[in-house]
Parts: sequence; structure tokens; C-alpha cells
Amino acid sequence: MRMLQYIQAINEALHEEMARDASVFVIGEDVDQNGGVFKTTQGLVERFGARRVRGTPISESAFAGLATGAAMSGLRPVVEFMYFDFVSVAMDPLVNQMAKIAGMSGGQLQVPVTVRAQTGARTREAAQHSQSLEAWFLHTPGFKVVMPATSYDAKGLLKSAIRDNGPVLYIENRLLYHETESVPDGEWTTPLGVAEVVREGRDITVVAIGYARKLALAAAQALEGTASVEVIDPRSLAPLDLATILSSVSKTGRLVVVHDAPASCGFGAEIVRRVVAQGFDLLDAEPLVVGSAHVPMPFSPPLEDACLPSTASLTAAIHKIINR
Amino acid sequence: MPAKFWNGQKAIWETTSIDGLKTMEPDLVIQMYRSMLTIRLFEEKAKQLYQSGEIAGAIHLSIGQEAVAVGVCSALRLDDAVFSTHRGHGHLIAKGGHLPAMMAELMGRQTGCSHGCGGSMHMFEPQVGFMGGNGIVGGGLTLALGAAFAAQYRGLDGIAVVFFGDGAAQQGTFHEALNLAALWKLPYLAVCENNQYAATTPFAAAVPTADIAPRAAGYGIPGIVVDGNDCLAVYRAAAAAVERARAGDGPTLLECKTYRVEPHCGIIADRRPKEELERWGQPDRDPLEHLRREGGLSDSVISAVRHDVEAELETAVAFARGSPYPDPAAFLQEHANT
Repeated sequence: MRMLQYIQAINEALHEEMARDASVFVIGEDVDQNGGVFKTTQGLVERFGARRVRGTPISESAFAGLATGAAMSGLRPVVEFMYFDFVSVAMDPLVNQMAKIAGMSGGQLQVPVTVRAQTGARTREAAQHSQSLEAWFLHTPGFKVVMPATSYDAKGLLKSAIRDNGPVLYIENRLLYHETESVPDGEWTTPLGVAEVVREGRDITVVAIGYARKLALAAAQALEGTASVEVIDPRSLAPLDLATILSSVSKTGRLVVVHDAPASCGFGAEIVRRVVAQGFDLLDAEPLVVGSAHVPMPFSPPLEDACLPSTASLTAAIHKIINR
Repeated sequence: MPAKFWNGQKAIWETTSIDGLKTMEPDLVIQMYRSMLTIRLFEEKAKQLYQSGEIAGAIHLSIGQEAVAVGVCSALRLDDAVFSTHRGHGHLIAKGGHLPAMMAELMGRQTGCSHGCGGSMHMFEPQVGFMGGNGIVGGGLTLALGAAFAAQYRGLDGIAVVFFGDGAAQQGTFHEALNLAALWKLPYLAVCENNQYAATTPFAAAVPTADIAPRAAGYGIPGIVVDGNDCLAVYRAAAAAVERARAGDGPTLLECKTYRVEPHCGIIADRRPKEELERWGQPDRDPLEHLRREGGLSDSVISAVRHDVEAELETAVAFARGSPYPDPAAFLQEHANT
């Protein structure tokens, strides 16, 4: 075993996959400048050269489209969006091109692109640098979407994403970059579509997406003695391991989903829809979604804090359901 | 219309060995004519089948623009990549596409070149380097960067060509793609088919200048205007740009002035001035007539080619009509994913 930071996990996965497969290249803004703005690409240009580590102009449409065309031509691009929010200026190449080519061509062409996008709120960067936009892509047929919350999965899911033969949106969280945890020696991958039961419990199932995994574990700790909380991290949102969630709800009869994205039309609502459709009789209380307020994220610290899920707000939601 | 350069350079082909018919195989001219006639007759047949209800959806015809597709694609190799538009049947035919699979695609059959998943706007035939039509105006400009990048990345001398209309030149992707292609000296050829209309909006209502090609100067690359109804002129300009791209000297912006004889698509009324339509309908503006004259093709050659092409089209239509529709269950099995 060894200790590994989340950001090092991303960096190691990039190093290992580039070394393993000469068709893998990295493209995005600043990725060749001292490891990029957040240092996730540290050491890549020195090791693999400027041919395979391509810093770009601020042209998200161009590099997202380039990656799509390169993948159609047999390469395996890893595209970096400096902030998740910036995908909005590349929605045509992402949604109308990258996600559609395999289907539109009747399966003749594959588009093995990994799109890395860094998200996170609570950093006082306001409305255009704080969004969790995964629902847009989950709503778009053609994408797989993963959101690692640990160093183990940051590395394991990135390696799986790069090896997958279709577009995978890999959403990393900048608040987790410097979290450290113990990981195994040797190589591993985290398969797409397999959830993790992070903590076993009897009374309520909390499905926690991305950064919210921390909130869920803290809430479970705070409720010890009052309620026994089972925490599930789906890790992969599409494909989703619904079986693990249903199996947990069959034991607890209660469900709360928590994520940083707004609750309205978020992926929590979709998980609730699927649980209700396939496990209505398992539920002893109405399922709840805890998400951010439906507002452009404000800057002022007390305002931002009030708009985001917290351990306290999650604990309150759990209380509400347990005491039903 | 004389071809001209916009950044003070000599026309590239003046410095190459490609000099029109003197070095051009007579067979190539016949091949070009045959390809243009195939596009013309394919489009006329598609229009007829659309009107009779055998083809559904929307089809965008390129009648009158055949010289651009054929002139450019005649300068390419099979392994060069072409990215097309919503008006792309001609590009695929010119690149070597198979008529039965194209006709079957228009009719939504399993044997179609996109297995019935794409239709008129999304034909794919990667085996001949045809990397897809595109329903989004300006969408192909950035995709073609990727094929050009892949060739450069692998150290191969393949190139990528993107066709786009004058309308697409007003999209942001035009700027982003040309800037990046020039910056990285990608083997990239941007072919603007200026057919003078963006759907129903005339060129002058969308563009403050007379031409698109001068914008190339802003990226430090050659920008060329050529008569897009003169197949040999298009071929010469494209061949020079292709040679430049293969040599590693970077991209070229080639603007081909042409005219969309048909309306935008089958479902939008055509309100263009009658005099304009008549002017462009004259034989001297017809790209096929132009090539027949320039290439000195005899009546017997023309009639033999026409005979062949008509037979091929008949076979294609029969093949499409006899092909099964795709199986919905198999489609969902392959493509649906949650």
C-alpha cells in the first residue's frame, strides 16, 4: 500500500496510459505549460514530447472537434477542459458530433475520446466557474459519464475511460485534488458501471455523487447512534449500476440522493425515477434529492454556502425521512 | 473568373508542374465528366424519388455545384479524408462512394452506407475516406482538423479536406479551425462552396465583403478564389493546395464560386429572382457543359458515359428498393445505453 493524492492519481493514469498506448495523446489549454493550471498534466510534455501533449489556443470548439476527428481516424485523445463550465462553448462538437458519430454512421466509426472536465463549487469563483453540468451529458445519448471521488477511482476510472471505445466524460473535482488516501501497489482499473458501497447501514440509503461522497460520510458519522446510514458512490453515472442501489433500498426502504448540481432536473431526480419505476414497493418513505439551489451560483461566501448541499443539510434531510 | 491570391503570393499552381490539360491524362477528364454526370443524375433521381415519397426526410441537392466536388476530390487519394456538409451526396460520389449503398441509405435501408441510421445528411463511407456528412452548418470544420492531425501525428502524408458553404464561414468554428490548422501547419484543405445562399439568405445579406478567401491572410495561409463551375480550374487549385499540405506546408482556404440551382431543400419555398435563376441556368454556366467544351469531349464519349451512368443508377435504385429495412430490436441492442 502507498499514499496517493487524487491529483497524482489522475497524473499517474495519464502517464501510464500514454506509455502503454502510442495512440493516446493529451490536448487542451495549458496542458503543456508546467503541467497545466491545476498540474494534472505534470511531466507529460517532458516525457512524451510536444507531439503528444498539445497545448492549444483558447478554442474549445476547435480542440473538441479535433479530438472527435482524430478519434474517428484511430487515435485515442484525452481532452482537458480547464473548467467544466467551459464545455458550453464546445457543445456542438461534443453533443452533435462526438456523441453522435458512432450512431449516425451505423456503428462504422468509433470515437474513443476521454473528455476530462474539472468541476467544483465552494471555492468562491461564482456562477461561471462552479457548475456541475453532468446532467446535460447524461441526457445526451452517446456519452458515458463518470465522477470519481477518491484517488483509487480517479486513477482507475481514468484508465478505463481512456481504454473505452466511445466518448467518456470524466468529471474530476478540484476540491478533492489534494485529498490523500491509501491505494494498492501495482496496476488497477475501476470498471465503468460498477457502484461502490462505501459504508454499510440498515436504515437509509444515501447515494452520493462526486464531492457529495464526503458530505454523506460525514453525515453518516454524525448520525451514528441515531440512524444507520448506508452510503453508495455510483462512481459511474452512465452506465449506472442501478442493481446495487435497488439492493440497498430493498434493505433500508429509504433513499436520499445528494449532489452539487441543482436538484431540479439533476441526476438525482433520474435515480429516483428509476428506483420508483423498478422498486416502488421497496420504499417506505418518499425518496429525496439534496442538491444546490436553482440559482446562478453567487460569489459572497455566506451566499454560496447557503446555496450548496452541506453535511448539515444532508443530515436534516436524512432526519426528515427517518422520522417519517 | 480569374483565380487570384490574397496575400501577395503567386498562385501556387504557377510554381508546380500541374498545368491544366497539357499534363493531364485524357482519361482523367473523362473520369471527371463521368463523376459530375453521376452526381447530376443521382440528384435528379433522388429528387424524383423524394417527390414520389420513396425518400423521406429532408434532402439537399447539389445540382449545379458538381464541379467543386469533382475538381477537389480528383486531386485526392483514397486515403485522404473528406468531411462533408448537409449537401453532401456529390462529395461522396466524387470520393468514390458506392451508389447502391447511397441510394439504400436515402431510402432508410439496412444496406445503406450508414445502415439506415444517417440518411441524406449523415452518409458515411470511411472505406473511401468519406468521414461523413454533417447536419450542423460549420460542424465539419473542426472534425477535419482531427483527421489532419492524425495524419501528421503518425507521420503519414494523408490530408483532410472539409467542404463547407458560404453560410458556414460565418460560424465561429471557421475561425477556430483555420487558426489552429495554420498554427500547427496541419495538412488541411478548407473548401468553401460559395453557392451564394445560406438557406434562403443571399450572400450579401450575411457577409460584408465580396469574398471569403481574403480572410486566409489573417491566418497567414493562402486564400484562393476560383470559378467553382470550372472543374479543371477547381482541380488545378485543389491539386496545388493538396501538394502544399502533403509537403507539410500547411492549410489552404479555397473558395469556389458556384450556384445552387435547386432550392435549399425540398421543404422550403424558393423565392430567388427569376432572372438570376435563368442566368445561372444557361448552358455556359453549367459545369458539365463547361467541362465537355474545355476537355474537348466528343458526343460519342458523352453518350457512352451517360449510358453507363444511367445503367448504374438503375441498378442502385433496384438494389435499394429490394433491400430490407433495419431491424429496430437489433438497432436498440447495439446503440441504446443507459
